[in-house]
Amino acid sequence: MRIKVYLFARLCDIVGNNEIEREVPIGTTVRMLWDNLITDFPGLEVYGESLSSAVNAEYARMDVVLNDGDEVAFLPPVSGGQSAM
Amino acid sequence: MVPSLFLITTVELNLIALMDAVSTAASKPSGEGKSLQTGAISTFLGVVRGENLGRRVLRLEYEAYEPLAVRAFARIGAEVAERWPAIRLGIHHRIGRLEVGQASVAIVTCSPHRVDAFAACRYSIERIKQIAPIWKHEFFEGGDVWIEGATADPHDEEAKAEAFRRACA
Repeated sequence: MRIKVYLFARLCDIVGNNEIEREVPIGTTVRMLWDNLITDFPGLEVYGESLSSAVNAEYARMDVVLNDGDEVAFLPPVSGGQSAM
Repeated sequence: MVPSLFLITTVELNLIALMDAVSTAASKPSGEGKSLQTGAISTFLGVVRGENLGRRVLRLEYEAYEPLAVRAFARIGAEVAERWPAIRLGIHHRIGRLEVGQASVAIVTCSPHRVDAFAACRYSIERIKQIAPIWKHEFFEGGDVWIEGATADPHDEEAKAEAFRRACA
């Protein structure tokens, strides 16, 4: 299956691209796709615990099984709006 | 043209246009009833501060996952409608390069009464910071850093409750 992967903020810096394509086997989950990316970009690993993900522009859990043509986004911790207090 | 209630934009924010959009949405389709239903409009502008953690900030660059950010704003709108059924909400967030003093986010709530308008406005900025896929790249004197806040999880009920507590404090 062909999956389009979007990367944002620091994750984009680490990979050097905000959009890449990956070929993955049927049954691949979001988590497996992430682990697969880490093998190529070890710098991503530190984000494993604080990561959010989206499939086709909807928040999705890491155990969601992907379909051919899906668009997956990996989202580091967010910081929109104004500052904390 | 009336702007969308929920928007990511690269151009300067226009609070008046957003107020118009929200109060139009709060009125009946014909426009009648607007003055009957709206007794309070609360607004919030988040502005780029020239200092952060002792650093002199030169500028910020905001990045968003736009389709999901717009959906996150709409989700916040639904949460607000659930808690305060009479409230209408609009959120515009600017992305790209912003200078110190420029507005990054504009929020408008429209309500029959001021208490709910203030509370829903505060709730919305707290939720934006929790679940909107928007990132801030800070350029300061001597370097730059991505600001990383919360892990975005719209289903985290504890975060939602915390936003509600702050809104009603």
